[in-house]
Amino acid sequence: MIVPNTVESASLLIPLLITLVAPFAIMLARGNANRREAVSFIAAALTFVSVLQLAPGVLSGVIYTYTVTTILPGISLTLCADGLGMIFALIATFLWGFATSYNIGYMRGLNEHAQTRYYTCFAVAIFGAVGVAFSATVFTLYLFYEVITVFTYPLVAHHQDAEGFAGARKYLVYLMGTSKLFLLPAMILTYVLTGTLDMRLGDVLNGMFPPDVIAAHPNLVRVTYVLYIAGLAKAALAPFHNWLPSAMVAPTPVSALLHAVAVVKAGVFSVSRIILSGFGVQTMDTLGLGIPTAWLAAFTIIGASLIALTKDDIKARLAYSTVSQLSYVIIGVALLTPSAVQGGLMHIPHHAFSKITLFFGAGAIYVATHIKKISQMNGLGRRMPWTFGAFALASLSMIGMPPVCGFVSKWYIVNGSLQAGQTALLVALLLSTLLNAGYFVPIFYRAFMLPPAPDANIEQYSEAPATMVIPLCLTGAISLLLGLYPQVFLNFIQAFGHF
Amino acid sequence: MYPDIPVLSILIFLPLVAAALLLPLRDDETVRRVSLAASLIGLAAGWPLIAFNPDAGFQFVERMTWVARWGLEYHLAVDGISILMVWLTLFTLPLCVLCSWTYIGKRVKEFHICLLLMTSACIGVFTSMDLVLFYVFWEAMLIPMYLLIAVWGGAERRYASIKFFLYTLAGSTLLLVAIVAFRIAGGTFSIPDLMQQTFGFRFQYWAFLAMALAFAIKVPMFPFHTWLPAAHVQAPSAGSVILAAVLLKMGTYGFLRFCLPLTPEASVHFAPLMIGVSVVSILYGGAVALGQTDIKKLVAYSSVAHMGFVTLGIFLFQKSGVQGALLQMLNHGIVTGALFMMIGAMYERSHSREVADNMGMGKYLPAFMFFWGLYALASFGFPGTNGFVGEVLVFVAAFQQSLTVGALIVPGALLAAAYMFRVSLRMAWGSPSTAKTWNDLNRREWAYLLLPAVLVLWIGLAPAPFLRLIDPSIDRLLADLRGRAPVKEAPLALNHADAVRHEPPAILASAAIAKEVRQ
Repeated sequence: MIVPNTVESASLLIPLLITLVAPFAIMLARGNANRREAVSFIAAALTFVSVLQLAPGVLSGVIYTYTVTTILPGISLTLCADGLGMIFALIATFLWGFATSYNIGYMRGLNEHAQTRYYTCFAVAIFGAVGVAFSATVFTLYLFYEVITVFTYPLVAHHQDAEGFAGARKYLVYLMGTSKLFLLPAMILTYVLTGTLDMRLGDVLNGMFPPDVIAAHPNLVRVTYVLYIAGLAKAALAPFHNWLPSAMVAPTPVSALLHAVAVVKAGVFSVSRIILSGFGVQTMDTLGLGIPTAWLAAFTIIGASLIALTKDDIKARLAYSTVSQLSYVIIGVALLTPSAVQGGLMHIPHHAFSKITLFFGAGAIYVATHIKKISQMNGLGRRMPWTFGAFALASLSMIGMPPVCGFVSKWYIVNGSLQAGQTALLVALLLSTLLNAGYFVPIFYRAFMLPPAPDANIEQYSEAPATMVIPLCLTGAISLLLGLYPQVFLNFIQAFGHF
Repeated sequence: MYPDIPVLSILIFLPLVAAALLLPLRDDETVRRVSLAASLIGLAAGWPLIAFNPDAGFQFVERMTWVARWGLEYHLAVDGISILMVWLTLFTLPLCVLCSWTYIGKRVKEFHICLLLMTSACIGVFTSMDLVLFYVFWEAMLIPMYLLIAVWGGAERRYASIKFFLYTLAGSTLLLVAIVAFRIAGGTFSIPDLMQQTFGFRFQYWAFLAMALAFAIKVPMFPFHTWLPAAHVQAPSAGSVILAAVLLKMGTYGFLRFCLPLTPEASVHFAPLMIGVSVVSILYGGAVALGQTDIKKLVAYSSVAHMGFVTLGIFLFQKSGVQGALLQMLNHGIVTGALFMMIGAMYERSHSREVADNMGMGKYLPAFMFFWGLYALASFGFPGTNGFVGEVLVFVAAFQQSLTVGALIVPGALLAAAYMFRVSLRMAWGSPSTAKTWNDLNRREWAYLLLPAVLVLWIGLAPAPFLRLIDPSIDRLLADLRGRAPVKEAPLALNHADAVRHEPPAILASAAIAKEVRQ
């Protein structure tokens, strides 16, 4: 058992400061597109390195904390890097670099407008994601969570046409609405009940709520929990999932990074954080909150998968797939058994790498061919072997085929549901695997196996620009490597907590 | 530190002297320069107030006989309840002068004289410790405000100014009745002396009603708010700023200075009503703001909602509630004042307050939209801004006192986000853009927008120095109230003491202590 010890360290500020300064630097460099993108690259690399340098300490069981400012007694802006936070911070900053490379190909390839605004908001979104990852208090979490909401709005509305505004409006209404209506009162109730918003770091068992509070107000604590789950709509748990498919009006790299990594992962990360460091496994168990949450997640998984089957637009299908895959994280965490929690948390990075590959692939197909419909992709695999190869690999990961990484996390979750004695949930998980196969296999089957339509003239197409294809091949390859070496993230989870 | 300087008198009379100095001037530009200099000197003259000692109660006291026959005194002092308001007034004046620089084209001298007279009267209201002196200042500020709207206002300025005048006058008449009643029952006009006395419940009942009505009109609380949108929309930019930043605060200041200390039992008796009216103000103000297309009207209705949070915080009788109320008074002054200045800057470009005439500014006026975005976020309580701190304190008090009240005002927070986003997004991106030929902020505009922005973030991220100023006074106020009236203990206040124990950065130390305690 690793005994967590905390170290006060201002180095936690570095990634946040870089991502805070980067948007201004990007705006200043707006005159020269190459210089502007260079700023993004440099910022991404520096941020990743500054996060990575915390890794050895975190892996050895240290929790870094740093209090930036105290707002009110018990409410402070405090950062922390522990195993859980590191996972999210690492993937968000690592994939930022890939996404920037991909952005260049996509945005220049399609000659998009307002690129400076686009890159600026992209950087702010990463700032928010790193902030969420490093949140040590509910207030800090709430602050950065809202930063993400506000600054991704321009990205979703990027095209500034009727469809773009409608999608972005739904995005804002869902995310800001739930956070104001549910997350804010949840936070206030927590403060009123416990007198603090500091989460319990390094202790997965006991949450912020002392036993006497739970004994005195069990139902109020339950209500608080429900408000948290409803308020963190970025996790796309039914019935607050509908913003995600609508947000697909955004340019594809936005869908890729934000709706496979930064935004939605901020949602499931926050849910995991609230369950594990806010409420704690024992409190969840005592109040009987875990299994209902798991069932809600199971319902989301099956429902979203069924809808995904009906979508012919590739981004819509990926969006519903994301909705369903996010709930794997929640189901894992909510089952509250060691293996399931590990599997659920592992699914955060594993799904990120695979799903970003899929979105990158969809965008590359669009840039190269302007095709969005799956039914028109027959035979395209021969023209774009790298793109579709990576796409197929990532699809296998989503389905949960060994040895790609999606398999590992699913294996842990299935194992955990057996530990919890939830056979019915197990059936739901297996059913969802079949459904996953049902909506992913046809895509690359069509691309590689079916002959092109007679009037399609696919000879004119070739691979998208290298700045797009290389990142997507790399993220695809990483998906495979993570399947072979799952310890990479498992170690962080073990440093985060044993129980 | 500065024992012998009559700081408060200087602050009151300096603007009057400056106004007199303006009289012989002819050149508009000189008038503006002199006014700006006077406002900055006024701010500098407030420097000795830095020595304010939060724990010491009333200080900077100046007390001398005024009309001996009637027992009238010239009695000034500040405490934690009023110190922030004095500072707010001092800071508002230079901003008002700056934002009127090109906005006001006619009768420039008279305009600035009105502004200076207003400031003098406002400082007087916040520092008077004698009821009659208070009333004099309270009435004195009506006339320049009336003139500001009636002379320099928009197309419907006559209607707006008369409505403003009648509403406020009706309220003040009742206030005068209450003041006379206090003299008869208590034998003195001195507020600190009256605070020591206990009045019968029947007397308190009527005195509270008379005062509360006057203050409720001023705040304004639903259903006495209808003068506010009219006045705000028609008033010139600086008039709106001073109206929102300072004048509205007089109502809530009145509740804290008079109702709670002088009529404690009646305050407790009427608290449910006041809470109910506050909740309605929050929801109604927000809902009506959502329906506005006139940006200035929208901000005016948002004031009704924001001030609802203030009155709610006061009448919950919780420490955090009153803290939140006082902070929210300051915040509202800063943020709404800044928003009105921006609307003025926009009006100078488009000559319209309709959102349809002010669209698509994001691309052409990025600096303008940056400031607007910041103030809009602060206005709906975005975490990290001052609006959040004030709002959260009131929320905490509400949830401690009653889950129902807490649940009822949550939609108010949502409405605030909704109306602010709705208008701000159109201003940033609405198409077709009307802003293609406009210039972005000039240096003068930068100057007057930067100061509130600093305060927004300062109070938002480190409010401790501000809370330190007001905390001891709030403690005294509430202890006094609890000593005299049956205030019910809040059902959920049981863990409030813990809040201190958990103070970061010692989170983990406290976690370790808690663990030991449990074992």
